[in-house]
Amino acid sequence: MTNVKEKGPEVTFTEPVESGNGMKTQEMVINMGPQHPSTHGVLRMELTLDGEIVTRAVPHIGYLHRCFEKHSEAMNDYTKVIPYVDRMDYVAAMNNELGYAIAMERLMGIEVNERVEYVRVIMAELQRIASHLLAVGTFGLDIGAFTPFLYCFIEREKILDIFEKASGARLLYNYIWIGGLMNDVPADFKTDTAAFVKSFRPKIKELNDLLSNNKIFVDRTANIGVLPAQVAVNYGVSGPSLRGSGFKWDLRKDDPYSIYDRFEFDVIVGNGEMGTLGDCWDRYIVRVWEMEESLKIIEQALDQMPEEGDVQESIPKKIRPPAGEIYCRTETPRGELGYYIISDKSTTPYRVKVRAPSFVNLSVLPAISVGAMVADMVAIIGSIDIVLGEVDR
Amino acid sequence: MQQFLESFLPAGPLVVFVFSIIPLMIILVYALFAIWLERKVAGHIQDRLGPMVTGGWHGWSQTIADLLKMIQKEDIVPAKADRFLFKMAPFIAFAASYAAFVAIPFSSGYIGSMIDIGVFYIVAITSLLSVSIIMAGWASNNKWSLLGAMRTAAQTVSYEVPTVVTILSVIIVTGTLNLMEVTEMQTGNAFLGFLPNWLIFHSPFMVIAFVLFFIASLAESHRVPFDLPESESELVGGYQTEYSGMRWGLFMLTEYADMLLLSLVGATLFFGGWNSPFGSFMDGPVWGAFWMLLKGMLLVFVMMWLRWTLPRLRVDQLMNLCWKYLIPLSFVNLVLIALWELIF
Amino acid sequence: MKTTEELHQILSEEFGEDIIELKAEEVVAPWIVVKGDQIQKITKFLRDEPGLRFDSLMCLSGVHYPKENTLGVVYHLFSTTEKHKLTLKVIMPEDDAHLPTVEQVWKTADWHEREAFDMFGIRFDGHPDHRRILCPDDWEGYPLRKDYQVQEFYCGMKVKY
Repeated sequence: MTNVKEKGPEVTFTEPVESGNGMKTQEMVINMGPQHPSTHGVLRMELTLDGEIVTRAVPHIGYLHRCFEKHSEAMNDYTKVIPYVDRMDYVAAMNNELGYAIAMERLMGIEVNERVEYVRVIMAELQRIASHLLAVGTFGLDIGAFTPFLYCFIEREKILDIFEKASGARLLYNYIWIGGLMNDVPADFKTDTAAFVKSFRPKIKELNDLLSNNKIFVDRTANIGVLPAQVAVNYGVSGPSLRGSGFKWDLRKDDPYSIYDRFEFDVIVGNGEMGTLGDCWDRYIVRVWEMEESLKIIEQALDQMPEEGDVQESIPKKIRPPAGEIYCRTETPRGELGYYIISDKSTTPYRVKVRAPSFVNLSVLPAISVGAMVADMVAIIGSIDIVLGEVDR
Repeated sequence: MQQFLESFLPAGPLVVFVFSIIPLMIILVYALFAIWLERKVAGHIQDRLGPMVTGGWHGWSQTIADLLKMIQKEDIVPAKADRFLFKMAPFIAFAASYAAFVAIPFSSGYIGSMIDIGVFYIVAITSLLSVSIIMAGWASNNKWSLLGAMRTAAQTVSYEVPTVVTILSVIIVTGTLNLMEVTEMQTGNAFLGFLPNWLIFHSPFMVIAFVLFFIASLAESHRVPFDLPESESELVGGYQTEYSGMRWGLFMLTEYADMLLLSLVGATLFFGGWNSPFGSFMDGPVWGAFWMLLKGMLLVFVMMWLRWTLPRLRVDQLMNLCWKYLIPLSFVNLVLIALWELIF
Repeated sequence: MKTTEELHQILSEEFGEDIIELKAEEVVAPWIVVKGDQIQKITKFLRDEPGLRFDSLMCLSGVHYPKENTLGVVYHLFSTTEKHKLTLKVIMPEDDAHLPTVEQVWKTADWHEREAFDMFGIRFDGHPDHRRILCPDDWEGYPLRKDYQVQEFYCGMKVKY
């Protein structure tokens, strides 16, 4: 096996240009990250700057690479993959588990009962709200508004409390299992969730008053990082980042999984209200209104949820899927999360490939950041809402 | 004040020393308090409590603990930094804002120096601050610091224009640059019989002048929404990136001293300085110092309030705001105030 | 909306039977195996042909089959207008694993192909930025191959602990 070492593209420094007064000017190459407060983790951007204008941006990833896929191949049981799945998108662990569980159930042909489905949907939507709250809050933080971030965290805290009651963990739950759940929800789950839904609705308005319609915030985000829908599809961008470009696309509606076809909710798309269609503000506001839609789903699910049902009745004793392969995708807060699972009829996964939404969304960054300023780079990175745990896996 | 000191101290250098150290004491005590206050204000705005543990009552000694920590920290100088400039910069920064306090009349009995060009001197000496920040940014040998320093240079130079023009419009009314005389002019109740004789009530245009002055002074002291030189989410820490320990602490101290300085100038020019708001009630040198600092602190509080509410402007928007809105507006306002003076 | 069988029909009419092969028996989801050197032509056709319009590449994965000494690349395609899915596979020998890039067809492939190269050592001819993406540039070996042995030292640091 020959081992080819590939070098990155040569960083080309432009020749110094005579500026007229005997001094010379030259473009500056600057490293943004991996230790930078607003690259949302350990992303490194290699920026070429002309003054403060970005002329070239190259993302470098992999600082958080754990080779999740190799880990999964080393597990002797399909269920043991779930904790690793949690650790990819660590702010939306429930959605990751749900995607994996659905992929495995389709591969093995398992049907789960109604109660399990409803609990899963409620959990996934609560997690979506929690994740969007984090995204929206940190986006405000990137723009320089500190306070909305903490307001968002107060609300996120309440969701984590609900999760903690159900699963015992606050961040990495290992709650949704293949064929069922780790355990049934606690007795007061319904009242807790209903109380949260009731208390959370007015907070969205509060957030809009404080941040979304703030003049400085709008000035900073509108017309910045414009991503046309056609480019977005070609780059495979998905989730709120795609919908911000005005492309009506939501796997919960367009490729329904679980029981999402039973609920009434709207797919929020950006409409260029404050500037150009597909700018940072559109991507941001899609997340804000999506929280409202998730509340609708939760309310309907709480109404329809059956009281009775054994959440573990269809969990297989030994997970030994038939030989075969499946590609299954679900909508996480960040976009289309796909699992490509190959089974060789043993208890060990032969191959688990993850199509991580953040990974794909991030790849569009060099295309939309040319011509932006350093401060806009921060806004663009914040608006595509990456989680480095998922980018690097 | 000087006579008071001389009554129990031997005349000579000691009196001068004690006399000149008073603003430093005020700055240091104020900074300890203001940093604690900033945290408390931030905490309460953000639905939390802020420091609660250190020292018992509402974490009152949190800043002191932080100060002790900072003193103990290693003084790191980057390997390829320009050592001399790097080490000098914080001192020049602090010296600039400390020196400006000399022309501030803290009460009817105390002003550091009774110079006739008081306001002019303050404006001149505070521009040294931007020199020190450029020094810090350049000497750090760090691209982020350099970017922060470049922003500072552009920002401070631009925003000095509206500051000076609004100050000028006040000077048209007062006819003197000496801040003590400016304050003395504002004694008593004149307007409508009950409003204090403060310049802000002098004409409607003075209110506009104050708003312009306040915005410009926010930018001068690099506070949100104009904190671009150190904007932590973009430039890591701007010119402060490479600083640690007490040198960083000095920059922090300078920022807070600057806030107080500009607030005190604002209080003197527009809100009657050490004059009591109740005419001769609660008046006198000691009450004067109380009122002066209270007015200053109120303006500082507004600055903090803004900091925890607003996002940050981008650098081109900052320049737009200054050159396209503030400067034309302040010149128009200057003309209008001059006309008002001519007519009434 | 077309099934894989129908798509296979269309493709074999366009490109001939010998480079395209359908696998539909005994599997959960059927796929089409194509010859590697034709992948650019086929994918361009799939993307641009009215009625097919596969405008999005959902996923591109590398797979190692040590028993057959082969490496595979799996393309999961999807059409957002026609709403049909298609799975393409390219199989190539382990010691000479290379195929043309589809980066010009779907930009999604850019980073996915770099990942497949990083993890499996599959070379994509014509890729504009062909280098490792997740591992460091000077890492040795391809981690997701089944016979991968981790290197002992990296930059003087012991790797295995």
